[in-house]
Amino acid sequence: MKFTYETKKDTRSGFGAGMEYLSQNNPKVVALCADLIGSLKLEGFIKNSPDRFFQTGIAEANMIGISAGLAVGGYIPYATTFANFGTGRVYDQIRQSVAYSGKNVKICCSHAGLTLGEDGATHQILEDIGLMKMLPGMVVINPCDYNQTKAATIAIADYDGPVYLRFGRPVVPVFTPENQKFEIGKAIHLIEGTDVTILATGHLVWEAIQAAEILEEKGIKADVLNIHTIKPLDTDAILTSISKTSCVVTAEEHQINGGLGDSVAQFLALNRPTPQEFVGVNDSFGESGKPADLMEKYGLNAAAIVEKSMKVIARK
Amino acid sequence: MQTQELKNIASQVRRDILRQVHACQSGHPGGSLGCTDLLVELYFNSMKLATDAQGKVVFNMSGANEDIFYLSNGHISPLIYSVLARRGYFPVQELKTFRQLNSRLQGHPTPHEHLEGIRIASGSLGQGLSVAIGTAQAKKLSKDTSTVFCLMGDGEQNEGQVWEAAMYAPHHQVDNLIAFIDENGQQIDGPTAKVMNNRDLEAKYKAFGWQVLRMNGNDMEEVQATVAKAKSMLSQGSPIMVLMHTEMGAGVDFMMGSHKWHGVAPNDQQLADALAQLNETLGDY
Repeated sequence: MKFTYETKKDTRSGFGAGMEYLSQNNPKVVALCADLIGSLKLEGFIKNSPDRFFQTGIAEANMIGISAGLAVGGYIPYATTFANFGTGRVYDQIRQSVAYSGKNVKICCSHAGLTLGEDGATHQILEDIGLMKMLPGMVVINPCDYNQTKAATIAIADYDGPVYLRFGRPVVPVFTPENQKFEIGKAIHLIEGTDVTILATGHLVWEAIQAAEILEEKGIKADVLNIHTIKPLDTDAILTSISKTSCVVTAEEHQINGGLGDSVAQFLALNRPTPQEFVGVNDSFGESGKPADLMEKYGLNAAAIVEKSMKVIARK
Repeated sequence: MQTQELKNIASQVRRDILRQVHACQSGHPGGSLGCTDLLVELYFNSMKLATDAQGKVVFNMSGANEDIFYLSNGHISPLIYSVLARRGYFPVQELKTFRQLNSRLQGHPTPHEHLEGIRIASGSLGQGLSVAIGTAQAKKLSKDTSTVFCLMGDGEQNEGQVWEAAMYAPHHQVDNLIAFIDENGQQIDGPTAKVMNNRDLEAKYKAFGWQVLRMNGNDMEEVQATVAKAKSMLSQGSPIMVLMHTEMGAGVDFMMGSHKWHGVAPNDQQLADALAQLNETLGDY
């Protein structure tokens, strides 16, 4: 299957579109934001449902607590800010007031990873997937494009429990279907292959598709899966793919420590030990720069996935 | 309810606190004893609680159309457990399991074990006021006119999140919220004035936009009157803060006036000496 796209959009705008949909279709959804309405694309939600929006100011800890309190009262709070401030900064608030308390709070964060670009490492969190997936009961989702982010935003309202939804700032190809059904924890098989499994999440899914095309020119058939949900991990889909390829590359805009690759490695070590290579940030902070330049410097693009694929195939 | 009845319940609750902490030789008796009068007053007098046709309390997580209390300083768990059990949320005998393996009565309160009456985990300080504000706003959205109560410690005022919440509530006119601060002047490392001086909490909360009341939290008549006054100030555009002076260890002479009993359990003799000062009004579990 050949993947093409007509437009590029930011995943955060997909979130905004999903929120606008929810403002009209789910009266229990409320939104909170810590002084970043424009960045989170919440204008549509606020225009339609001003009473269901809560501006918290630059006070993320309080935002998480208020979300937990709104959840007690039967609402479905979407707590929104940048990924750095919505996870690492408020880890204990999420841990105690949301996760341990079992509250139906959706922590929805933009500007995750290196691709927020010029603002630099203070804002480029690369540990958020790990932080969130370690919390018992927390669902962790990192959709790949505008359409999928919109679908995920809408779908998580129907799931009763805490969710971390991660998305980003740059415009990226929109290649998944409009109005798709989003199933939490259900990986999407994108490309059929038998030589190497590529498991990608978030912005790296498009790069994985590009990598598969480059590999095909070399006569290598990659089996590519979109792992939009890191927790719970679709282990059935991963096993099915590995049983064909016997090797795997994971790709994510995140630290290798604690990310998708880490979850995959843990599962495979216990169930089917498999040669694995990791595309991710290798125990370092990011820096200022243009998103594409950063992804190249830190080895998070199609070329890096191709290189790791060749390496892991040689290890079979 | 008559003041004397509340005092009788408070005496039994203080016995429960001491016996829970003694049985497992851990927990926080000092602040629990200090805040006993407030919680007894709220749960047995002022709070409007959901009940069944027979008048027995019924626990619903959402707390729709009933008053809700949040304990932010979760370490005084033996107090909330005793009050909830005595009020009828769960069997009084369950107090025997406090801090034991497989108990619903964890060291700090949590809804994780599905204990009736607990809606949020607390223990890591500074988070409860935010949660209370969120639920108060949920009530407003649902046109639910009941009230949310929250208790914090004075040492807890060291936490930055408290002041984020303090700024937020008046800005959003959360006027269906009555919060309390247990001003016992003590925290783990010593007097609050020495560890981290709160200075003038009344001036601070007023500057943030709260209506502020003061009371002696160990005088049941005054607690009743002040809570009634606070309720009369609801729905006026501002949240209400009650600065509650208490004595850590109130009700047991040798536990009062020091932070020594913040997190220390009495031994057998100390328990006997303490219980001798408190009437068994409702029957020990």
